Amino acid sequence: MMRLTLILAAFQMLFVAPLQAQDSLPPAPYAYRQLDDPALEAKAQELMETLRCLKCQSQSIADSDASMAGDMRHQVRTRIAAGEDPEAIRAWLVERYGDYVSYAPRVTAATWPLFAIPLLLLLIAGIVLWRRIGRGQGRAA
Amino acid sequence: MIAELGLAALWLAAALAAMQLIGGATAQHNEESDLALLVRPVAILQGLLALFAFAMLMWLFAVTDLSVKLVAENSHSLKPLIFKLSGAWGNHEGSMLLWVTVMSCAGALIAAIEHRLPEKTMRATLAAQGFVALGFYAFLLFSSNPFERLPQPVPEGLGLNPLLQDIGLAFHPPTLYFGYVGLSVAFSFAVGAMITRQVTPEFARVMRPWVLGAWVFLTLGITAGSYWAYYELGWGGWWFWDPVENASLMPWLAATALLHSASVLAARDALRAWTIMLGVVAFSMSMVGTFLVRSGILTSVHAFAVDPERGSFILALLAIYIGGALLLFALRASSVAEGQRFALTSREGALVFNNVMLSATLGIVLLGTLYPLVTEAFDVRVSVGPPYFNPVGAIFVLPMLMVMAVGPLLRWRWDRFERVRLPIAILVALVVTTAVVIALTSDIGVLPLLGLSLAGVLAIASFLPLRGRKLWRTPIATWGMVIAHFGIAVALFGMASESAFTSERLAAVNPGDTEHVAGWDVTLQGIEPVAGPNWTALEATLVAQRGSGDVVTLHPQSRNFWAPPQQTTESALLTRWDGQLYAVIGGQAQDGRWQLRLWWKPFVTLIWYGGLLIALGGVLAIIGRLASDLKRRHIRAQAQQRRADRAGRAVGEAA
Repeated sequence: MMRLTLILAAFQMLFVAPLQAQDSLPPAPYAYRQLDDPALEAKAQELMETLRCLKCQSQSIADSDASMAGDMRHQVRTRIAAGEDPEAIRAWLVERYGDYVSYAPRVTAATWPLFAIPLLLLLIAGIVLWRRIGRGQGRAA
Repeated sequence: MIAELGLAALWLAAALAAMQLIGGATAQHNEESDLALLVRPVAILQGLLALFAFAMLMWLFAVTDLSVKLVAENSHSLKPLIFKLSGAWGNHEGSMLLWVTVMSCAGALIAAIEHRLPEKTMRATLAAQGFVALGFYAFLLFSSNPFERLPQPVPEGLGLNPLLQDIGLAFHPPTLYFGYVGLSVAFSFAVGAMITRQVTPEFARVMRPWVLGAWVFLTLGITAGSYWAYYELGWGGWWFWDPVENASLMPWLAATALLHSASVLAARDALRAWTIMLGVVAFSMSMVGTFLVRSGILTSVHAFAVDPERGSFILALLAIYIGGALLLFALRASSVAEGQRFALTSREGALVFNNVMLSATLGIVLLGTLYPLVTEAFDVRVSVGPPYFNPVGAIFVLPMLMVMAVGPLLRWRWDRFERVRLPIAILVALVVTTAVVIALTSDIGVLPLLGLSLAGVLAIASFLPLRGRKLWRTPIATWGMVIAHFGIAVALFGMASESAFTSERLAAVNPGDTEHVAGWDVTLQGIEPVAGPNWTALEATLVAQRGSGDVVTLHPQSRNFWAPPQQTTESALLTRWDGQLYAVIGGQAQDGRWQLRLWWKPFVTLIWYGGLLIALGGVLAIIGRLASDLKRRHIRAQAQQRRADRAGRAVGEAA
């Protein structure tokens, strides 16, 4: 599945930039260029920090020199500049590359324990504290 | 010959570890059996043999013996000597040998010098230590032999990953391993105390320096690793919630909880079962960390071994040790009384609260790290990153930081709230005021906002325990606590400031062009080729000036290593008291312009200074504890001497 998306992504990049493939800089102009409006750039930056570079290990697209990360930065910046909502862009990327691309997990059938377990931990922490300290106080006093 | 000597020493050490286990086990039934008496000497000999085997491996790397598979795969004759030596542990087999060597040496040390615990408990402890070591020897000998020869020596080695050819990273893995292994000693003490039902304050005092030492090493290892990622990866990030980073953070969280609960046990004879449990958990986290990094389950810079056989071996070891320890805990927990009681408003109460918060934080990090691996097994790939860890972790970390500010002010066992009401009211007022002021004057996220205001208050609160004390008569261990807590505040401030106020500038520039970032003017003067021992690079000359201040030159590089071929960026850092200017030179575009990346990161260095302060606090605590232990031992020896003298005189008078 993962490999398939990578191959698809690679194909797509071939079509985007067949001529400049050998260049040390990716063809996407906004890969290494900021948006002129600082507010929009901040918005783009915030989103890019939470998107995974699919070719790297544990790096966001904001932290990577991989050409695919550059291409995705370009996509994010142009879409933000066009006035798109960051979460809409995230949803678009998730649809395209799968949940793996987003560092912010959504609540789905596969991920609900990620959100249920912290609540459970909160409950357990509360019970442990109540038992250990609440009871102890009675006897110590 | 050298390789065969090393291998022979390893086999002998493994045999001795087995003997240590059997001896320690028989000692539980017959304390005077020959095997029982041999446990200590065997542990010492085992440590020496493991040390010898590791020295042989270092030797093979130093002379680049290319008939040895490990050297051929990981070294290169042209590498600088320091990286040849660090190459000995910069790979799977060598690092596992380092792990077991440090562990055996730690076992040898407690066998040689530790005499405070009942002998039976010590032998059970050494048996546990031998048992754990045995598993790792088996792992090395059966699936990761570092001394394996090649059928034919190769003409040249493959080299070491250039990212790892860095002085910081040469010492980063051993530092973490010292930490992991220190926790293995704590684990063995916990198992020994459980077996012989001797969960006493004395046990906590004996275990504490090992926990503190492990904690100091983990702190240093994490700090160094974070700084390495910051300057080496070239994008200014210092923490990625990468599973490998989490692998070092989880034992640290557990060790932090353990050292505080061990302190309660030592001082107040409370939290017995809890301390034992944390001892087991802390080492479990070291094993989980080792498993994550060593099994190749995560394919990243750190995970060199891509071999499922090894992964299942470590997983089996993990199951045996942790499962065994938890089973023992379940069997003995009922006979380990809970110990002394205490009130909610007491030092113990605050410590218990923070212990629970630390454990919950640990649970979150563990969940977020392992969950993607679990779903991957079912072919669903998800990513868990900063947007998850930061807010969810904060649920537990923020209350912990608040209690941390107040806890040291409370008395042991029971305290009146009225006594600490005034300082608490002042601290709360300070948090609220600074938070409101920052919120009104700048536009930053909730977490950095809370981080900044809490950091300021925590910094003040960390010194309050010294109030009313004569500073030169304050125990060294108290100073340790004050400085470590202050270090947390400093690091927190750095983190919050970096994430809230960083300015970034990316641009394509020609030589002579000037770019601006956060008050700095940075001009690219030129690009020159330079060469190192095993790389060539393009080096930029940047001239930076802030306002009308001094003109400073920076030299970021884009390096090409040739063995193995890989490109890296060497960032250039300019440190000022209020932050760091971070410059990276990238590639050249077709129009001839160069890619320049600049960041101004206010107070970012405080993150690592904070880490160093935390470690310093730990070192002071160790010194303080050891000094008072020695003093106590001296007093006891003197008392014994006096008694002996008196008895001698009495005998003399009677005669």
